[in-house]
Amino acid sequence: MPRTNEIIFSIRRLYPAVDAVPHTQRFPVELHPGMTVLEGLLQIRESQDASLAWRFSCRMGVCGSCAMIVNGHPRLACNTQIQDVSREEVRLAPLANYPVIKDLVANLDTLFEQHAALAPYIARSDSAELIAPGGEFRQTPAQLTRFLQFSGCIKCGACMAACPTVASDTRFFGPMPLTAAHRYNADNRDDGFATRKRHMRQRHAAEHCHYAGECSRVCPKGVDPARALQLLRRELLLDWLGLRRRQALAMVQPASDDQPPSQRRVQTPPPFTVQR
Amino acid sequence: MNDHPAVEQRLGLVRWLTGHRHGIEGYLYICHRISGIVLLLFLSLHVLVTSSRLFGEETWQTLMSLTHSPALKFLEYLVFVAFAFHATNGVRLILIELGFAVGKAEHPVYPYRGSLHKQRPLMIVLMVVAAVLIVLGGFDALRLGR
Repeated sequence: MPRTNEIIFSIRRLYPAVDAVPHTQRFPVELHPGMTVLEGLLQIRESQDASLAWRFSCRMGVCGSCAMIVNGHPRLACNTQIQDVSREEVRLAPLANYPVIKDLVANLDTLFEQHAALAPYIARSDSAELIAPGGEFRQTPAQLTRFLQFSGCIKCGACMAACPTVASDTRFFGPMPLTAAHRYNADNRDDGFATRKRHMRQRHAAEHCHYAGECSRVCPKGVDPARALQLLRRELLLDWLGLRRRQALAMVQPASDDQPPSQRRVQTPPPFTVQR
Repeated sequence: MNDHPAVEQRLGLVRWLTGHRHGIEGYLYICHRISGIVLLLFLSLHVLVTSSRLFGEETWQTLMSLTHSPALKFLEYLVFVAFAFHATNGVRLILIELGFAVGKAEHPVYPYRGSLHKQRPLMIVLMVVAAVLIVLGGFDALRLGR
């Protein structure tokens, strides 16, 4: 039984170069109010075992490096307060469904390969425009809302570790890459739907999602991959039926210097711009 | 691609039953798969039993008398339970997979309430329908009303 201001970290450890099977190691950690799982791991590495391996970077839930299984749930270690998880024991394991490189470090190569295969960027069909852009694209707030939620993905891989279909189907693209694909499909500046369709239509892509909803439950950024996948499926169906329509896109020409000032568009800065 | 030696730890089918704790939709996902397998097995068995008529009336009558046993009646009722659940949950999944009931993309504001909350009323209604069908089927199949 740990002391009142102490909690036990039970960490699944594995170093494939040395160990054949993983083992659990227990570390007592001195607990402070508001302490995160990441701070506990740092304390262990500083005072007990410097060989403990895990990924982290930003410490504020932005970079997505420190996703791991915390007491059975995929979470960001930096974004999870110990007291919200348990009063006695914090059980840590690497992200499920991926090979382990060492301790809490999972090999996410497959995730990023699948992500890259779905062309997660705005693709424009007009090559001349890419060389000489004629203006800026204006989007209405409604057009922005269509993809903004899905653009918050930090690629932490928590959804992939929670998805039961990823667990049992090795070829399934999974929620993260498909959400990224929908984020760009839903953007009215994008022309890449036809390119992505080759992968999205595969048997192990969008149609293999059966809405367990685990991805949306564990997403630390509220991206809601389960919703993105269903909306993606609808887009694919509409496309198959020949009913998919591209959203309107307006290009605004920049005001040229030879225009008289009375004809120039007055550019008012957005409210968050710092005036100098 | 890095060259680090790595140990595979895909959860596989174990994830369906013993993985992390599920939400309601996660359990429905598991039940849908299991009930689907039950219905597939029943269908195969049903075709086999029905085709026994090819081997003569006596074989047919013998097999039919087996189906009147209480144990088989109960198993038949379990098949009906699987059917009632699979059909109603299937309606929910068809609607959701066509992009209905999950809502439109919205600004993620903490605490996040996404598509899972949007579809929950539909899920509750359909599960109540499934429960009513299962109870009514129970009265009929198990002769509880007599």
